[in-house]
Amino acid sequence: MQSLTNTMQAVPLNNYILLSAIIFSIGVIGVLIRRNAIVIFMSVELMLNAVNLLLAAFSVYRGDATGQVFVFFIMALAAAEVAIGLAIIVMIYRNTNSIDINVLNRLKW
Amino acid sequence: MDKYIWLIPLLPLAGFIINGIGRNSLSKNTIGFIASLLVFASFALSVGAFLQIKSTGLPINVTVFDWFAVDNFKVPFSFLVDQLSSIMLLIITGVGFLIHLYSIGYMHDDNGFGKFFAYLNLFVFFMLLLVMGSNYLIMFIGWEGVGLCSYLLIGFWYTNPSYADAAKKAFVMNRIGDLGFLIGIFLIFTYFGSITYADVFSKAAGMHSKDAPFVLITLMLFVGAVGKSAQLPLFTWLPDAMAGPTPVSALIHAATMVTAGIYMIARSNILFTMAPDTMEVIAIVGLVTATFAALIALTQTDIKKVLAYSTVSQLGYMFLGLGVGAYTGAFFHVLTHAFFKALLFLGAGSVIHAVSGEQDMRNMGGLKGKLPITFITMLVGTIAISGIPPFAGFFSKDEILAHAFMHSTTFYVVGVITAMFTSFYMFRMLYLTFYGKFRGTTEQEHHLHESPSNMTIPLIILAILSAVGGFIGVPESLGGHHELEHFLAPVFERSTKIMGEQTLPKNTEWVLMAVSVLGAIAALGYAYSKYVKKADIPVAETEERPALVSLSYHKFYIDELYDTLIRKPLDALSVFLYKVVDLLGIDDFINGLGKGTIEASKGLRLLQTGNVGSYIFMMIIGIIAILVYSFISIHNIK
Repeated sequence: MQSLTNTMQAVPLNNYILLSAIIFSIGVIGVLIRRNAIVIFMSVELMLNAVNLLLAAFSVYRGDATGQVFVFFIMALAAAEVAIGLAIIVMIYRNTNSIDINVLNRLKW
Repeated sequence: MDKYIWLIPLLPLAGFIINGIGRNSLSKNTIGFIASLLVFASFALSVGAFLQIKSTGLPINVTVFDWFAVDNFKVPFSFLVDQLSSIMLLIITGVGFLIHLYSIGYMHDDNGFGKFFAYLNLFVFFMLLLVMGSNYLIMFIGWEGVGLCSYLLIGFWYTNPSYADAAKKAFVMNRIGDLGFLIGIFLIFTYFGSITYADVFSKAAGMHSKDAPFVLITLMLFVGAVGKSAQLPLFTWLPDAMAGPTPVSALIHAATMVTAGIYMIARSNILFTMAPDTMEVIAIVGLVTATFAALIALTQTDIKKVLAYSTVSQLGYMFLGLGVGAYTGAFFHVLTHAFFKALLFLGAGSVIHAVSGEQDMRNMGGLKGKLPITFITMLVGTIAISGIPPFAGFFSKDEILAHAFMHSTTFYVVGVITAMFTSFYMFRMLYLTFYGKFRGTTEQEHHLHESPSNMTIPLIILAILSAVGGFIGVPESLGGHHELEHFLAPVFERSTKIMGEQTLPKNTEWVLMAVSVLGAIAALGYAYSKYVKKADIPVAETEERPALVSLSYHKFYIDELYDTLIRKPLDALSVFLYKVVDLLGIDDFINGLGKGTIEASKGLRLLQTGNVGSYIFMMIIGIIAILVYSFISIHNIK
């Protein structure tokens, strides 16, 4: 652990934060501009993982394992979410023959 | 006696409940019997109370239960029967009983027989509450209650719209007075911290007239009395109140309810004595009302209207008496007036009964032979009201006039002239009704009959009372002892102390009496020559009259004046408030709020497009906004 910490700390924290921010932004933009439900889904995963990366980085820098434990929880959660999300998308496809979210606009006034 | 005092008002209330519930199921005889019997039982108890007070000289004070208490303000439901209220009790239950008896005959063919007696009993109950209460609040309950019964009974034949209007008019006009009375009670509570007579009067007696706003308090109480006792400017309801059945006019609008104002002032005499300015106002209002109403009565052709204006005029006398400090005299007049005015109204009812509902004296005449008992009893009543000795009205009216003379000669002169008017219009009524030839239709003439005995017996009893009732107050100048004054002395003790004894030299008093009696006899003679010898029957409605006669005949256009000055502007204001303020202002504002909300919602709901992308976009915008906000606020803290 100690050696890993040292290796990690060889890279400044700012770099991790910057990388996370970039990945997160890519995820946000992906969600905003894409219409394919699966791509949006992948973008959401990107955002989650950007946060995971940030958590792990802070955890190492502070020498506190709590953050990394937290990352595991998020991963478990994301796996469950993916299972449900993909199931929903499959059902939508069976019903509408499309996974374009702009088609799904009937939930309104 | 103290134990049973609460039964006096309770018995008529029981009568109201029994007759009210059984008005359709009980037979007419039963209803009349129950109603009369219960009032008679009240009368018997009142006599008991009166005798006890007469022998012990101590007032009866009984608390039935504690009504309510707020902080240190406690209102017990308690009765006070002293010299003043014991006499009022006798008048109310005694005259009330006679009128109940009379009504059994008078109302016999009416469909509302049960309802009538229920109302009548209710009225007696409230009237008893009014005089028996030991504080202003109980009096106020009675005050409002009699107003309600008056309304119900004036509008008894409510299917006739003009009768229903008369009832409403009486109610509204009384309302104006009641407001004054209520404000008066509030003021009394503010300055004396209590509304119980005993507390208020003993405190007031210990004060100087500048310690509390006595003038304001008494003026407010007087406004209440003006409404209830039909004085200027609130008198116009009383003549219209003649729309009710005649026994009602006799009981409520002559003998009892309208004297409530006088009773109230006599009861609060110490407050009024402390406010000489108010006394002056009362005297002037009373005098003007007495004269004004007498002037109107001179030319009226409806037999009940003559009596109604005569009542207003006599009430004016009583207020004149109160105003010049003759509390006993005024109350004496209440007593004698109750006898002869109830008699006159019941006699008029007997006449109306005989001529099949006709009330216009132009269509009467010559009834002397056909209705002998009615004629003789009404003659007694007429002599009594005209102030001709030794009948009752002479003594009471003369006492008031003597005190008016002590106060101001002008008051006396106007008072005597009004007394002459009184004598004239009363004998005019008598002559037009009973003398000459019958002027009605032949059908009516066939119908003429003396009333049944249950109507004539009350007439005879009242006639005897009108004839001899004055002897309880024979002044000392005529060799009497004025028992009434001695009996009532404890009630007016405090006021007498402040005002001092007022007496006239005997010679002056004799002259004053002679003047008023001669005046009354002269007016009688003039009426005789005009209506019997010349048979000068008043002309029909449509024909021209001399200007002054026309003015009097049309009641000085007072109703029209009120109509133009008050009713029409009020109507216009109501229409304005309804059409502009209510419809355009309030309604449009409220509807506008509703419409605005609907329109705004129509615009806002477009935000919900159903497009997932736009939702997410908004969410992002929101998150960014929150981040920016917290970023700024963190910086600001630093």
